[in-house]
Amino acid sequence: MSRSAKSAIRKRKFKDFCSSVYHNKMAFTGTIILTVFVLAAVFGPILVPFSTLDFGANDEMMQPPSAEHFLGTDDMGRDVLAYLMSGARISMLCGFMATLISMVLGTAIGIAAGYFGKGTDNILMRFTDFFLVIPWLPLCMVLAAILGTSIWNIIFVIGITSWPGTARVVRAQTLSIRERPFVERTVSIGAGSFHTMIKHIMPNVFPLIFANTVLVAAVAITSETTLSFLGLGDTTRASWGMMLHYAFESGAASVGAWWYYIPPGLCVVLVILAFTLMGYAFDEIMNPKLKER
Amino acid sequence: MRAKYIIKKSIYALITIFLIIIFNYFLFRVIPGDPLSMVMRNPKATEEAVQKTIEMYGLDKSWYEQFFIYLKDLFHGDLGMSFEFKRPVMEVIGPKVLPTVILFGVSEILAIIFGIFMGIVSAWKRGTKLDVTILSVSLFTYSMPVFWLGMILVAVFAVNLGWFPTGGITSPGVAIMGGWAHVSDIIWHGVLPVITMAVLIVGEYALTMRNTLIDVLGEDYITTAKAKGFSERYILRKHAFPNAMLPMVTIIAINLGFVIGGAVQIETVFSWPGLGNLMYDALGARDYPVLQGLFLLITICVVLANYIADISYSYIDPRVKNEA
Repeated sequence: MSRSAKSAIRKRKFKDFCSSVYHNKMAFTGTIILTVFVLAAVFGPILVPFSTLDFGANDEMMQPPSAEHFLGTDDMGRDVLAYLMSGARISMLCGFMATLISMVLGTAIGIAAGYFGKGTDNILMRFTDFFLVIPWLPLCMVLAAILGTSIWNIIFVIGITSWPGTARVVRAQTLSIRERPFVERTVSIGAGSFHTMIKHIMPNVFPLIFANTVLVAAVAITSETTLSFLGLGDTTRASWGMMLHYAFESGAASVGAWWYYIPPGLCVVLVILAFTLMGYAFDEIMNPKLKER
Repeated sequence: MRAKYIIKKSIYALITIFLIIIFNYFLFRVIPGDPLSMVMRNPKATEEAVQKTIEMYGLDKSWYEQFFIYLKDLFHGDLGMSFEFKRPVMEVIGPKVLPTVILFGVSEILAIIFGIFMGIVSAWKRGTKLDVTILSVSLFTYSMPVFWLGMILVAVFAVNLGWFPTGGITSPGVAIMGGWAHVSDIIWHGVLPVITMAVLIVGEYALTMRNTLIDVLGEDYITTAKAKGFSERYILRKHAFPNAMLPMVTIIAINLGFVIGGAVQIETVFSWPGLGNLMYDALGARDYPVLQGLFLLITICVVLANYIADISYSYIDPRVKNEA
């Protein structure tokens, strides 16, 4: 098949996918919510100057919402809305990066296990099972405490604890693809294992990985929020989780400063909800078997 | 057949526990700062204390000898000394177990009852407004950071309305009175944490129950039962429900690890003096021996829960034991 024909097929598939997303209520809602948050994270500083976050920029602490501060101020006098938007950057960066690590690990291990089979499969799957059995949140906590608090450590920790689910899904799919004639054909004309895995198996596993990625992103953002709340977050880069940590430490709930602890939590819920909705919907779109549900 | 299956599962569980012990040991050996440098960091550390630490952990011996010392101590129930409390880790962890078990047990029972009920209603009334509502609520609670829910409940029901205490497990002085006054005081303190934890768990149970029940309702034997003229209610109770319960057993066991992560947050928000709260303190103080002990306890509990689920599965689902 020529390259242009291939790309035409890809384009059509992409268009089909976009139209299914548009017509699927869950996918559409999720995409809209996520787009709004990404835009807020990117264009936030234009709307609300981040300079209000500088230490001592404002000495009115714990002020309720007003015309000057739409969402009030926190215990350090920072503007909550500006804080929220800068938090969006950190939380989403963390979510995306951790998901990337998790996906690469999960896909590599899953494809290798499924493709090579036998001993390799056995060892890799026992390894996966082992990680699957260890409760991930306590493991994240312990690892974060050991490695120290920095945003990159948090990303690393979440990334290396959330891959086993993906690995299993990918392995199962690889097993079935490996048996198809076209793989046999590629191998018989002398393609190496690496080439076969990357060029022929991966594209076929991709739809599955894609739906799974979105769900892992939701888990990554929850994990980051939880770890930060427990005081394991990066104190120099405030995510939504760190905001909630400070809100909790300053007793915002006891003094009735709802504008301080409600918005960051709500943002987390909305973003996770968006990812979850998209994940389920993509799964439905790409696995026609599930459509009846 | 069943004996073979049970033996196989037992061996797997034992191997996993052994691997976890090894993993746990090396995890805490890579930390920046072995037990010795922890002691040395204290400017008041005497030559004697340093010597004692070296002896206690066998730091002058090779790494595998150190590992065997750790194993030997572990089997004697010795998990080392807490940095923060200066007491054996076992003594620190011991009294924290009961509050967590109470919190976990009550919430789990509530979540199972409500989750199954919600799942059945949702599957039965599939596609209706009620189903969509239950699904959305489940998804929403599932997406919520559980500590945040706790904070909101504290703000509304403890601070604003004043119906429940803001935290702790007993009011000062009540413990001395003993008897019913003490018990009712614990219940009063437990309402909000239990609700928070039950909400954390219930979503997944409801979703699982709904999905398996929908699968089961599509099976041929349900159609057969319908053809025989049984009522919907009867089919649901006698044919569909027992079969849909099977995956729930596994979900409850697998969920344990997730719930423990939730317990850390909930106990922190409500200052509930359990294992989760201890873990929060240990994380903050970087009390590695306590963390190591807690992590070991948690992982072994999760492995055992999975093991028990596997075994009970062989009793309730006859297909499983024949696979072995």
